[in-house]
Amino acid sequence: MELDIVALSRLQFAVTALYHFLFVPLTLGLSIIVAIMETVYVMTGRHIWRQMTKFWGTLFGINFVLGVATGLVMEFQFGMNWSYYSHYVGDIFGAPLAIEGLMAFFLEATFVGLFFFGWDRMSRVGHLIATWCVAAGSNLSALWILIANGWMQNPVGSAFNPQTMRMEVTDFFEVLFNPVAQAKFVHTVSAGYVTASVFVLGVSAWYLYNHRNVALAKRSMTVAASFGLASALSVVVLGDESGYLSTEHQKMKLAAIEAMWKTEPAPAAFTLFGFPDQKTRETHFAVKVPWVMGLIGTRSLTTEIPGIEDLVNRAKDRIRQGISAYDAVQQIRAASDAAAVPQAARDALEKNGNDLGYALLLKRYVDDPRKATDAQIEQAAWDTVPGVLPLFWSFRIMVGLGFFFIALMATFFYLSARRKLDHYPWLLRLAVFAIPLPWIAAEFGWVVAEFGRQPWIIEGILPTAAAVSSLGATTVLLTLLGFIALYTVLFIIEMGLMIRSVRAGPQPDDEPEAILVPPSLAPAE
Amino acid sequence: MILHQFIDYETLRIIWWLLLGVLLIGFAVTDGFDLGAATLLPFVAKTDLERRVVINSIGPTWEGNQVWLILGGGAIFAAWPPLYAVSFSGFYLAMFAILFALILRPVGFKYRSKREDSTWRNAWDWALFVGGAVPALIFGVAVGNVLLGVPFHFNSDLRIFYDGTTLFELLNPFALLCGLVSVAMLVMHGAAWIVLKTEGPVADRARAYGSLAALATIALFIIGGIALWIGVDGYHITSTVNPAGPSNPLSKTVVRASGAWFDNYGSYPLTILAPLLGLTGAGLAYVFMVARREIATLLATSLSIAGIIVTVGFAIFPFILPSSIDPNSSLTVWDSSSSHLTLFIMLVVTVIFIPLIVAYTTWVYHVMWGKVDEKAIRDDTGHAY
Repeated sequence: MELDIVALSRLQFAVTALYHFLFVPLTLGLSIIVAIMETVYVMTGRHIWRQMTKFWGTLFGINFVLGVATGLVMEFQFGMNWSYYSHYVGDIFGAPLAIEGLMAFFLEATFVGLFFFGWDRMSRVGHLIATWCVAAGSNLSALWILIANGWMQNPVGSAFNPQTMRMEVTDFFEVLFNPVAQAKFVHTVSAGYVTASVFVLGVSAWYLYNHRNVALAKRSMTVAASFGLASALSVVVLGDESGYLSTEHQKMKLAAIEAMWKTEPAPAAFTLFGFPDQKTRETHFAVKVPWVMGLIGTRSLTTEIPGIEDLVNRAKDRIRQGISAYDAVQQIRAASDAAAVPQAARDALEKNGNDLGYALLLKRYVDDPRKATDAQIEQAAWDTVPGVLPLFWSFRIMVGLGFFFIALMATFFYLSARRKLDHYPWLLRLAVFAIPLPWIAAEFGWVVAEFGRQPWIIEGILPTAAAVSSLGATTVLLTLLGFIALYTVLFIIEMGLMIRSVRAGPQPDDEPEAILVPPSLAPAE
Repeated sequence: MILHQFIDYETLRIIWWLLLGVLLIGFAVTDGFDLGAATLLPFVAKTDLERRVVINSIGPTWEGNQVWLILGGGAIFAAWPPLYAVSFSGFYLAMFAILFALILRPVGFKYRSKREDSTWRNAWDWALFVGGAVPALIFGVAVGNVLLGVPFHFNSDLRIFYDGTTLFELLNPFALLCGLVSVAMLVMHGAAWIVLKTEGPVADRARAYGSLAALATIALFIIGGIALWIGVDGYHITSTVNPAGPSNPLSKTVVRASGAWFDNYGSYPLTILAPLLGLTGAGLAYVFMVARREIATLLATSLSIAGIIVTVGFAIFPFILPSSIDPNSSLTVWDSSSSHLTLFIMLVVTVIFIPLIVAYTTWVYHVMWGKVDEKAIRDDTGHAY
């Protein structure tokens, strides 16, 4: 990848988004786990649950600030580095972002202050409400950003307006209830819940392994394992849901993930292992499982899943239709007023408007897509294939980890139910070493979703290369290095404080406790 | 959907222009005192305990306040996409500096007091100072450059190009003057907040800095007005515009004209109330600060900020972002909004949520009301920063 402005802008977005996404999943899940713990405290009055709430709340806080700090960059970066994108789709994409601020960020950020500062200033129930508001705010923000992102993957409810040279909303409810957005939301928040569950489980396992804070650790593990098991199942089931949807909307992404170079007779086989080679268009050392792909992708035995080569041929047709739409747009814009627009141009835009974006793929090779040669069209059609090897493996690592989390959570759920959490030290060690894994899965998940959408920034509407700001490459290189330097320092500080707080353990809770539950009914220590 | 036809496009644009002002004022009034207080931190608070008092005075609420900025970004994106696209990419390095400084702020608040080490705490105190002072300055510098016009133009695909907007060109004398107005006004506001929330030597120092800042705000604002009158050309639309037309900034003609930024004040004399509010607000802030009327001071500084921001809005209306190298590319209220439907939907959402936000924010301020308790910080109770 040569260092041009497009590559640098993409790299900066990837770095800042992936970094931001180190903190978001934990915020999503831990806010709910903390709220559950505080709910138990308010319902039972047992101080151990308040101690747990405060302890995990402290770790939540260390993580939360970096999520907020790095989220600031995301809010402005579209305008900074992707100004043509911002102009082209702001009419649709901006709305969920603004609603996210109104509905989610205010809620979470306003009440998080009360969570940390309000313990002695409010009633128990009042404080509990504040905690749930933080959890609700975080999770609502995920909803709105994924409605925005879902539209990038499956741009519904909108149309191109030649007078303003941009996409404009035609049906807001379609944007809201975009099935891709709904599936992505559930998949992503579930992934966040798994992340937080593995985190709480791992840290507690470390305490238990070292015979520290045993009461807190066991209770925390019970919460984490139950919440985590439900979430891990939800991630995989609803991950499958988004795979199914991508056969409708993003066939190319699916074909690339599966390295399906050619269309296979239904039901297609699933390639478990292999090394896809983009140049020769074949997968070396492929290990295939018959039927499975067809079943996952189409939920039928007879529907074909198109392969990459067929999809490229379809892209060629769409590029040609896109050129006709592009020509129509130029004619409409050249006309002095609405009455002067030739009817043929209107009809052509009406008919081929959905393929306009495909003509813009040619802008890399020729200034006026109407003058493109057949060779350039061929080249642009092949550009619609994303990098197969990274997608193939990102997806497999993510899914493999997903199944591992189900097994891990099921094991600890069982141990917790049988009161045997501290019987197997090797399992506790496993839980500690599992702590980084959800982050790896989440980052690869981002790669599958976003890298898999390339070369599009808006699927089928606007190519990524056309969306950047006309900035100097050195300027973007400078800010990229600036972000990397700052983020590295902050990451080291954050990890240091996290480890310190875990080592220090919970604050002692010395207040005498009112006995609300008779000792015979209290859970065993 | 046909509901949006009940409010015509022109009216919606005006409403969203007003809401843009509400957002800017909301940000400057709420997060403004956080920025001001962080700027004052090394000066009004000398000992570690004093610094923790100042940090904790904004600790419970700065996070919600900052959302005004984030919402500003999102709402401009939704309602004024070309403004979002042109301003943040045109001011690219300035935006980077603001973000860099603002990232230091949350981290500084949260992490500073997690370790006893005095080098660690001192370093974060200066990081907090940067996180307050740099954005305060650059926001003003940006406004100055908006008044001067920004060197951008559109091509026929409405792709944006810039000519030499380096960070250093943005730092020209007039823009720096505007930056100083912004710093003075936010320091005045931050001081008013510190005075309200603290006692003893910290409050006394804040009162001293705050009254100076109030006088500086008045002086710099007047000098800024004179500089604008003498040295800065305004812009003027020369073609007829259709206020309900499609949002295409290239469908009008614009010329630079000396004194054009004062046209609205001539045509609508009532608008003169805005700069008067800016000045009297700051004047009253000085008086109240000296008279130790804490709540009245904060109200006065808030009104002054609102007056100053509205003054700029009135001056450039209907422009939002003029272009210095190709005036025809300038963004105005009539040609850089979202579509009719999007403006309507966003208005509905805003009308529902802003009252809710104001209500629960008020409740949180109510819960956290009162002076910061030094003893609680010393005893490390109540999760103080």
